[in-house]
Amino acid sequence: MTGIVGIVIVSHSADVASGTADMVRQMVGDEVPLGHCGGDPDGGLGTSVERIMAAIDAAWSDAGVAVLVDLGGAETNSEMAIEMLPDEQRSKVVICNAPIVEGAVMAATEASGGSSLEEVRRTAEEYSPA
Amino acid sequence: MAERATRSVLLTHEIGLHARPSVKLTKLAKRFRADVSLAIAEEGPWIDAKSIAKVMGAKVPENSILYFEAEGEDAGDAVDALVTLVERDFETT
Repeated sequence: MTGIVGIVIVSHSADVASGTADMVRQMVGDEVPLGHCGGDPDGGLGTSVERIMAAIDAAWSDAGVAVLVDLGGAETNSEMAIEMLPDEQRSKVVICNAPIVEGAVMAATEASGGSSLEEVRRTAEEYSPA
Repeated sequence: MAERATRSVLLTHEIGLHARPSVKLTKLAKRFRADVSLAIAEEGPWIDAKSIAKVMGAKVPENSILYFEAEGEDAGDAVDALVTLVERDFETT
């Protein structure tokens, strides 16, 4: 396992996805591989398996990729995108059960220190903004 | 050679240890091999300064005294670096 875990942000909204990516870049930095996608191909709200796969590709790291999603379809489409990855990649991608914005910042901060994919996922899921 | 170091510093940063300062503090703590803990009272409770979830979750308010404790070969450097970060109001260049 080498390198820094990548982070993928999957929202129904392109604006939410790119805004969340901005927060990660500005708060955590550029060292974390980052991919994001949101919206359907017609410019409306939604998620697409194809775009999620492209975002995973963009954030790819041999250390793995942690995916942050918002509601319903973002999760099921992310699961589908992971299913469609080549065997050697599939086992290195996890979806975090965490709020998309907070989870992305937490996961990226953990990843920036060189933590494992499992540690990154745990950190994203540990934070509760209560 | 394991060493142990402690230092405290007044947190003057406006609105306390919120998102960006928490990220900076955690990232800095992670650069050291020593275990680094943080508390807002000398008697604790101590939290892992390398854990962003715990540091941000602690919601440390402005004008708190931050106590750092580190244990490990670079404990002194770790504690000095963290105190400096807080003293410089989290400005990093």
